[in-house]
Amino acid sequence: MQHFRVKVFGRAAEGFELHQAIPVFHRWIQTNALPELLIDVADYSHVPGGPGVLLAGHDSHYGLDLRKNRLGLLYIRRTAQDGSTADRLRSALAAARAACEKLVQEPEFAGKLSFDFDEIEISVNDRLLAPNIPESYQELADELGAVLDGYTFRHDGEPRDLLTVLAVRAH
Amino acid sequence: MKASNSLWKQKLAGRIAEPLASELDVYENEVALRRQGKIDEKVFAETRLRRGAYGQRYDNGQRHDGITARKLEFPTAGTKGPSTLWDAPGMQRIKIPYGGMNAEQIEVMAELAEEYSDGIAHITTRQDFQLHFIHIEDTPALMRRLAAVGITTREACGNSVRNVTACHLTGVCRTQTFDVTPYAHALTYFLLGHPDCQDFGRKFKIAFSGCRTEACGLARMHDIGAVAATREIDGQVKRGFEFYIGGGLGTVPQQARLFEEFLPEEELLPISQSICRVFARLGEKKNRNTARLKFLVSKLGLDEFKRLVCEDRKTLTPDPRWTAFLSDLGTHDEAPLKPPSLLQIAPVRDPGFDEWYKTNVYSQRQGGYSTVTVALPLGDITADQLRALADVTRKYVKDTVRTTVEQNMVLRWVSSGDLPAVYRELKAAGLGEPGAGTIADVVSCPGTDTCKLGISSSRGLSGELRWRLAEKQFVMDEAIRNLRIKVSGCFNSCGQHHVADLGFYGVSRNKGGYTVPHFQVVLGGQWDNNAGAYGLAIGAVPSKRIPDTVERITGRYLAERQTGERFQAWIKRIGKAACKSMIDDLTAVPAHDTSPEFYVDWADAREYTIGDIGIGECAGEVVNPIDFQLAACERETFEAQLALEAGDAARARMLAYESMLHGASALLKQRMPMFSDDPDQVAGLFREQLVDTQLFHDPFAGPKFAHYFLKAHERRNEAVTDTRAHQLIEEAQLFIEASHACYARMRQQPVSTKA
Repeated sequence: MQHFRVKVFGRAAEGFELHQAIPVFHRWIQTNALPELLIDVADYSHVPGGPGVLLAGHDSHYGLDLRKNRLGLLYIRRTAQDGSTADRLRSALAAARAACEKLVQEPEFAGKLSFDFDEIEISVNDRLLAPNIPESYQELADELGAVLDGYTFRHDGEPRDLLTVLAVRAH
Repeated sequence: MKASNSLWKQKLAGRIAEPLASELDVYENEVALRRQGKIDEKVFAETRLRRGAYGQRYDNGQRHDGITARKLEFPTAGTKGPSTLWDAPGMQRIKIPYGGMNAEQIEVMAELAEEYSDGIAHITTRQDFQLHFIHIEDTPALMRRLAAVGITTREACGNSVRNVTACHLTGVCRTQTFDVTPYAHALTYFLLGHPDCQDFGRKFKIAFSGCRTEACGLARMHDIGAVAATREIDGQVKRGFEFYIGGGLGTVPQQARLFEEFLPEEELLPISQSICRVFARLGEKKNRNTARLKFLVSKLGLDEFKRLVCEDRKTLTPDPRWTAFLSDLGTHDEAPLKPPSLLQIAPVRDPGFDEWYKTNVYSQRQGGYSTVTVALPLGDITADQLRALADVTRKYVKDTVRTTVEQNMVLRWVSSGDLPAVYRELKAAGLGEPGAGTIADVVSCPGTDTCKLGISSSRGLSGELRWRLAEKQFVMDEAIRNLRIKVSGCFNSCGQHHVADLGFYGVSRNKGGYTVPHFQVVLGGQWDNNAGAYGLAIGAVPSKRIPDTVERITGRYLAERQTGERFQAWIKRIGKAACKSMIDDLTAVPAHDTSPEFYVDWADAREYTIGDIGIGECAGEVVNPIDFQLAACERETFEAQLALEAGDAARARMLAYESMLHGASALLKQRMPMFSDDPDQVAGLFREQLVDTQLFHDPFAGPKFAHYFLKAHERRNEAVTDTRAHQLIEEAQLFIEASHACYARMRQQPVSTKA
């Protein structure tokens, strides 16, 4: 499996403003803040339940995302990667986590935004490689089991959606 | 690049019709060959453009990040066309003839937006879809997935026949003469890939309209505009078209000219073919700036052009496709999914339904049916929303969805009794916004967001206006609510600002060594009557003051309009001078130190074109005389408008020409302090110092704007018509804009060498 999407759900506190992601993401471009080639910032905050504010990259997109009307940090791997499926999953999860940690430290969001790693949505952004069927789900859940320790997994979404797993940390 | 790319061909084998399947195989091979350097980059650039794969703003590997022009270190070397780097992800345009879509196609669009782009599908002002940030190596798979559901991207860009548009209400419209859908369909597929359409010097746009008076088809701003008409011949009502040619917006807009009052339906395809043949044979090929059909028609004159077309028509080998579709008329007409019904007004309705019903629902000519407009902010729709829309389509109508030139979508043939349920389901998907076709439904081209020609942020401004106006629209007077705003990021008019009540196009100005984003305010355009009149710019206002400008102008209109007086009529009555004086105080730019927000464009955080901060001799509050001189030139072009408005075309021509002359002179004074004011000497020096050196060249339009001045100089003693005077004013405005840009480039040169 390739092209993983990871969404870490966030919580907005008082004073949070989505459009503040625009200067933050531009700054990330200016300062080479992420170890990837970042290209542009796209403002989709006018679209209900949309990508919010997107940091477009060559290999990956990052976004402060509003899809399904839930705020979160969305990481999307665009280009293919070497290694095993587990390696690619680890890479996607690490990239998403790093972006979350960086985002909450930015002055625009400090104290106004937090991320909850108890619930993570993982999708495969390629319907041909990973059709949204029970067999693919099982394969992905098995891989995730080896990567995400202490989580339970649930096949999420409707049949036309990308293959999506909701990972919930067991307490 | 997607890991699944190579698998789609096998997966979709047998589902893609020939010759499209073979064409896509060839295209995929061309991508591979270009990657290996075995196809010339210019040839491949035209190849990909003809498949709709277009560059984005950063595609030369440079992007100004707000501090410096950043070099983007893409992993792979090489280009996919002149100055477009191989790895720079680009835009994919997808043709949707006359905007017609079905549920399956909508779902595929959702998948593609999600898997290859950024989750957003964008609808353009030509009823196309556009997806952004697409890797070139993903395009063959993407195109195969579209082809499998009957959509092609062929000739979506490049020097070809672009998407054929038609009014989205045709067939259900109460004022139509007849449904133009089958004609638009027939002409689309007749000209698609036609050998006579493969050697154009420039793009070619066609539009159909079902009636003369409404706006939806915008027929009169196209290379070919066909307006449905009937005529009684030998006691029988015959169908045909009021047939226009040579229209276009772009830098210098031109109204299409009437080619034939009544072109019989059986002549639609052959005459269009002959027009294409004459255009291919005689149209300009070297200079892109004069290569559209409108320039050929102007050069030859309408009568001569028509004679050539009619001569060519006689030589055509008869083609059965010319009339084959006529025998099928009516057999493929849309049919509703449900029987007609009346809307039952429940005493308790969903919140928002009444407002939505008022602006987004159109009662069809067929009793008991309605067309619902799904208003999309800035033409954007998410993958999830597309799937929800597909569900609504399947449940309530039967594959009768269309995109619109106002960047929305419509569901036709909704049984009116279903309207509350349709609203409920659209609203749940975030698609229930009211205000379609109102002042809040702002149309915008991509502008600086993704277009490399953009000067100011049209989407940023449009988003801001939409947000402000959406809240107020239902307490507004109806006269204001029904106005239209259209925004372009530059003078190229993709946002169709010329035909809006309130049009804006992006320009820039200098202030204290900084460049400030502005928009020219265009008033007097006419949306009705198929884009029946074009507006003229009255002045440039800083981007951040455009919302105030809208409020100021609409407020004055509301206060001063006479009973029943429409906006265009009011503009005409008060005159251009009064219009300009309305916004004069808004044109001022506060100093950078006190109001830095004026130096940052909408929806952005970066200082605007920071590369222009070459604080040299004009630093601080000292203003270089050229700023005053160029401002005086703008006043002259405005006075030219006033002269034209007063019916004095000769004076308008003179003023427009002189504004260019003075602009050229002002620029020359930056390079050589002493020279005479003799016009011939100014023109000669301008050519030598600024044209031959390419200093005046626009990065994309080249010497186009310089030629406006030189041509006007050569012809300054010739008589002019009102139309030509209007054009000269447009050209003078663009020349002055180019002079501002040239001055900005000149300013950078001494700063960089003296620093």
